[in-house]
Amino acid sequence: MSLAHDLTQVSMPEDITTEMLTRIDEICAAHRGKPGALIPVLQKCQEVVGYLPVPVQERIADKLGVPGHEVYGVTTFYSFFSMEPRGRHVIRVCMGTACYVRGGKEVLERLERHLNIPVDSTTEDRRFTLEQVRCLGACGVAPVVVADMDTHRKVMADKIVDLVESYE
Amino acid sequence: MSQISINDLAEIQQKSQQAQALRHGQTGVGTQRMHLLVCGGTGCQAAGSIAVIDALRAEIAKQGLEEEIAVVETGCNGFCALGPVMVTYPEGIFYVNLEETDVAELVESHCKNGEPVERLLYKDPGTKKRIPHMRDIPFFALQRLIALKNRSMLDAESIDEYIGQGGYQGMAKALKEMSPEQIVAEVKKSGLRGRGGAGFPTGMKWEFCQKATGDTKFVLCNADEGDPGAFMDRSILEADPHAVVEGMVIAAKAIGSHHGYVYCRAEYPLAVHRLQLAIDQAKEYGLLGDDILGTGFSFDLQIYQGAGAFVCGEETALMRSIEGKRGMPRPRPPFPAQAGLWNKPTILNNVETWANIPQIITNGGDWYASIGTEGSKGTKVFALTGHINNIGLVEVPMGTPLRTIIYEIGEGIPKKHRKFKAVQLGGPSGGCIPEEHLDTLCDYEAIVKAGAIMGSGGMIVMDDSTCMVDMARFFMDFVQDESCGKCTPCREGTRRMLQILERITEGKGEPEDIDTLEELAEMIQQASLCGLGQTGPNPVLSTLRYFRDEYMAHVVDKKCPARSCVALLEFKVDVDKCKMCGLCFKNCPVDAISWKKKEPAVIDLDKCIKCKTCIENCKYDAIY
Repeated sequence: MSLAHDLTQVSMPEDITTEMLTRIDEICAAHRGKPGALIPVLQKCQEVVGYLPVPVQERIADKLGVPGHEVYGVTTFYSFFSMEPRGRHVIRVCMGTACYVRGGKEVLERLERHLNIPVDSTTEDRRFTLEQVRCLGACGVAPVVVADMDTHRKVMADKIVDLVESYE
Repeated sequence: MSQISINDLAEIQQKSQQAQALRHGQTGVGTQRMHLLVCGGTGCQAAGSIAVIDALRAEIAKQGLEEEIAVVETGCNGFCALGPVMVTYPEGIFYVNLEETDVAELVESHCKNGEPVERLLYKDPGTKKRIPHMRDIPFFALQRLIALKNRSMLDAESIDEYIGQGGYQGMAKALKEMSPEQIVAEVKKSGLRGRGGAGFPTGMKWEFCQKATGDTKFVLCNADEGDPGAFMDRSILEADPHAVVEGMVIAAKAIGSHHGYVYCRAEYPLAVHRLQLAIDQAKEYGLLGDDILGTGFSFDLQIYQGAGAFVCGEETALMRSIEGKRGMPRPRPPFPAQAGLWNKPTILNNVETWANIPQIITNGGDWYASIGTEGSKGTKVFALTGHINNIGLVEVPMGTPLRTIIYEIGEGIPKKHRKFKAVQLGGPSGGCIPEEHLDTLCDYEAIVKAGAIMGSGGMIVMDDSTCMVDMARFFMDFVQDESCGKCTPCREGTRRMLQILERITEGKGEPEDIDTLEELAEMIQQASLCGLGQTGPNPVLSTLRYFRDEYMAHVVDKKCPARSCVALLEFKVDVDKCKMCGLCFKNCPVDAISWKKKEPAVIDLDKCIKCKTCIENCKYDAIY
């Protein structure tokens, strides 16, 4: 992940509601002072907001009583945390070895062409976020694509366009 | 039910054993005459097994057969490619590729009339014959199950079913009858070595930690199964989560620990769910928590979910991650047995290792050590995948030749016009083994000698359509991306190696690139901080060792012999090889190929998008 995020941005993004912030405060209050709490807190907060922009990280740091740089460091280290807003549907193409040798690479290339975005980015209309993931452990049914919570098996390149188009 | 005693445990076992008797060919309880065990693992669920289970239950209720026939959702069966799969007992008949629409016929024919549904039986890829019984299918027949003992035999969400298969007996024995020293001695005697990759003797690790001073110690389970192509830990957690819990309690007693964590990757939601359920059930029975089985011993266990970082499979990084920090490794010593999680003495073993422990305690270390080779005891689970007929989880005794796994259990390469090229073992830390070394035995040392590592057990079979340079590039891309950035050799060195490999696959390689790759590989191996960097160059070195010609073809002739690297392909038809079958024409997604009967195909390069669909479909390697 690029480190060139604009850290001077201070105002809370408009799509983050007061209810979300209240929920973040509650999550932090429940974990404050507990050793090793930061990662579970970030996981829960990302579930609430959908992503973790710097102002949200600052709020977490403040409420949890840990330095802001530590929150930023952890957020940028783990691939499950995102600092950008995500699409309504997240399409994850498995790039584990089994999927790779059975055509996962071609599936990803086809999707990049179809959605007209590079991997690890979101379409302009925020309909899709396209990601590649590390082995999902479903190698027996490779190549695998996970759309939101649905695992699709044996998805070959010629089937993928119809598949993603079924997600409005 | 509140906290149970050892007598209660025996009673539950007896009751549950009777309830499961049908699955062992014995008479069932009451009017029950048939158990249908449908796989509910990740692979089968993706293929719709939950809908099949629901439909089966509804159809059985409709026919008024609920008293006679039970439908059980099991954990991962291991034969994932054919999912959803179902085994019927007492007959042991194996059904594959089930769909909701098959259910009415299945119930009518199999359950009511006792006639198996022929078209849904397993078809042998070689002989094309249907094989009704699970025990006769080569994929299953040649396996020996210890870590996967309970797969597809029980309801993974029921603690009673686990107890019925002898579960928690090892723990009861360890807590009631054995001293910590005796437990360690038994594990040492078994010869068990860590199944996560490095193969360190488990008993020795426990002994170090047992002897370490400190009032607080931790027992950890590494369920951060990150090697691409390995899924045995996911399968065990989904199918038999209690075995892991039981193993960890036994270790806790051996080292004097009262708290443990399972570090599970977030990519495995079903495994996390089943494990949490198992922990809750064990707590309810008092098999976790305070005063377990009235023995005075206490142990608490919780799950810690990872957040997507491969390096967290490295032990010191994993501990940093549980501490809530960036998961970066630190130099050893001190080893975790002395100073691990929060600087306290800690043992960490992986899921498969833990799943072996209860049976070692129940049956004795000598029993376990009687299986395998001189230096590698017991069994090993492999995730067999790639270009192979039978894809799935395979547990074999140590000492089994790779050839047996690939050609007898896996039944070889699916496409007739393709040949076996190499098998990749050990993921990004491992290497490729070619045809001439397929008689290598499954043994930690023998596999290293052949240029790979046992690793966690990923076994990816590749046919001759796989480019080995591209494979090396794939793994280097993985290692580079997952390098945590703490030490320079790994962070910068893997990036340089990747750049060189990318250049080579794009046809811009120079002859001296190969020497540079070897030089960098050696430096990274020797100077990196943790296992990720120390082993990261292995896939490049092993492909250079066995497939140097292929590198030379890319660099000197600017050709990719496997026809995989797009930049080195011309997308032209070799008229001498073309058999004029038209398959390329029929499959081209952009109509860039023209073809008429009895004439070779012609590719219009202006329309061609270089997707390689034609190459994949051509049986005669006529497109280059």
